[in-house]
Amino acid sequence: MKKKWIEKKLNTFVIQPNLIDYFKERTTFEWGKVAEQFDGLPCGGFNIAHEAIDRHANGPLADKTALVWLGANGERKSFTFLDMKKQTSKFANVLSSLGFGKGDRIFTLSTRLPQLYIAAIGILKNRSVMCPLFSQFGPEPILQRLLRGDAKALITTQALFDKKVRPMLEQLPQLQTVLLIDAKEDENNQIRSLTRLMENASDVYEILATDLEDMSILHFTSGTTGMPKGVVHVHKAMYNHWTSGYYVLDLHPDDIYWCTADPGWVTGTSYGIITPWLHGVTNIVDETEFDAVRWYSILQNEKVSVWYTAPTAIRRLMRIDSEPTKEYDLSHLRLIQSVGEPLNPEAVVWGVEKLKMPIHDNWWQTETGGIMISNFLSQQIRPGSMGRPLPGIEAGIVHLNEDGSITEVTELLKEGELALKPGWPSMFRAYLHNDEKYAKSFAGGWYLSGDLAYKDSDGYYWFVGRSDDIIKTSGHMVGPFEVESTLMEHPSVAEAGVIGKPDEMIGQLVKAFVSLKTGFEPTEELRRELIGFGRKRLGAAVAPKEIEFTQNLPKTRSGKIMRRLLKAREMGLPEGDISTLED
Amino acid sequence: MTQEQIKKTIIDQILEIAPDIDENDIIPDKNIQRSLEIDSFDFLKILTALNEILGVEVPERDYAKVDTLEHMTHYFSQNLVQ
Repeated sequence: MKKKWIEKKLNTFVIQPNLIDYFKERTTFEWGKVAEQFDGLPCGGFNIAHEAIDRHANGPLADKTALVWLGANGERKSFTFLDMKKQTSKFANVLSSLGFGKGDRIFTLSTRLPQLYIAAIGILKNRSVMCPLFSQFGPEPILQRLLRGDAKALITTQALFDKKVRPMLEQLPQLQTVLLIDAKEDENNQIRSLTRLMENASDVYEILATDLEDMSILHFTSGTTGMPKGVVHVHKAMYNHWTSGYYVLDLHPDDIYWCTADPGWVTGTSYGIITPWLHGVTNIVDETEFDAVRWYSILQNEKVSVWYTAPTAIRRLMRIDSEPTKEYDLSHLRLIQSVGEPLNPEAVVWGVEKLKMPIHDNWWQTETGGIMISNFLSQQIRPGSMGRPLPGIEAGIVHLNEDGSITEVTELLKEGELALKPGWPSMFRAYLHNDEKYAKSFAGGWYLSGDLAYKDSDGYYWFVGRSDDIIKTSGHMVGPFEVESTLMEHPSVAEAGVIGKPDEMIGQLVKAFVSLKTGFEPTEELRRELIGFGRKRLGAAVAPKEIEFTQNLPKTRSGKIMRRLLKAREMGLPEGDISTLED
Repeated sequence: MTQEQIKKTIIDQILEIAPDIDENDIIPDKNIQRSLEIDSFDFLKILTALNEILGVEVPERDYAKVDTLEHMTHYFSQNLVQ
């Protein structure tokens, strides 16, 4: 096994990695010292927007490129830190002039346009809460999140608004304002042209005193038994963002950094917006979805040095029989990190062969706010392992006992639930309006991740699976309950059970087993209708890709659908404990 | 196979994967994935199905050449062994 491990030679690095001695860093690390990396606000406290943008714009980095935006039609726009300061100040002034302030939840629903990035920082400047939605969500997931997050304003495009929000506007009485990025004129007092408002706004904005514990970002994550939960983060999360940017992404001042994640998901905000700018590093944003030739060209033309991407994309690149380093000049690239789902060992090795460098896997969740466990640039890589905990992070493998107590699994290579010692700065502070669920995430002095893993003799962690039914598809979490609820709104559907079916490319695909009401026949036509119904209501990112009719969904005696059993049957695996299966 | 027949075959496969789409919404020069919200996975499925029907495999490096209905029709008609 050891032969497969990838060793690093320190004398081969042109740029000295920030982390050299893993154990020494862990021993000497103190969260309190991270504050030294930040300026603080003149009027008191710390605000992410100030540390990410304004302080650089006020100093020697003012004319340095902060954002390079690559449009779908070949456009290229760049913004310096000073440009970003002015634009985000304008945006904050727009929000403020409309009456929005501290703690107000401002949602974004947009493809990766520059305005999305300007809005994100502008919202934080105004001490409001940024709530990102994925643009490929359908109307139903959007409505659920706007309602649950108490949305007061939404920033979106005309097309997305018309298609996905306008039909539900009456169900959103709390939504005071819709800011349309690309509308030339206001439609009425509620539906406004952002362009117009920005034109008239001042580019000077003084951030008011912000507490590290003030809410900053609200992401939604999927549940197995209920609708999505709002995960509350605070400004102090930047301590983790800065630290992981330093240790994991190994950011240095001259880096050109590209994170391919969409800000609709937590990687796209923590690492696609905040982290590179906390380090004063140039951040590349590509508007389009994956395209192999385009991506290699971006790595080459933009001289990307640090690349944070995802297993789904890497597996797509692996399908091409080519020698990328001969076809493209990738000489600037010095570090590749990957997240979203576990990276298969073959992909790590493929990196070594084809990109001339290994791909580093890491692990974290929406709830953790930042990277918790990682393979590091200077350290040995064990392909298939998520790596070791960052300095400042204590991880463990635990077993939750029936009485609610916790037993730490100290035996090496023994599977249990991956857990973290609470207290790291980017730890989520609440599930919005759901204290009970939040309390349940902790037990015996641990945060319980819901992921199953084991630890090896050298402290590397290895992912095994989920302890619940949550589906991970293309790196995104999908809650089966949300999909089942929507399918059951179709007149033909009696019951639905939704699982993640293993798929080589995207990890898992959403598959629904459906039983029909009396009078409906399981025809091909109805199957297609249900696929279309799912796409229309839930959007491509959430909708089931496969639907199978079955008249007998396995259920417990209390009537709960046993998704675990559906999955075992789908995969041809042993059905396990079926003592609770109804007769 | 004529250009029209190829185009029809492509449209059929798009509608097979995304039955919620109205045929009239498929604008010939618009990016298929973006304008119709077809994600990468579904786009691959469309190309796999077309490969089975038309016998033309689109390698990953050529995906930019099949981004719109117009381009895709052209690509298949060029590569189709008549």
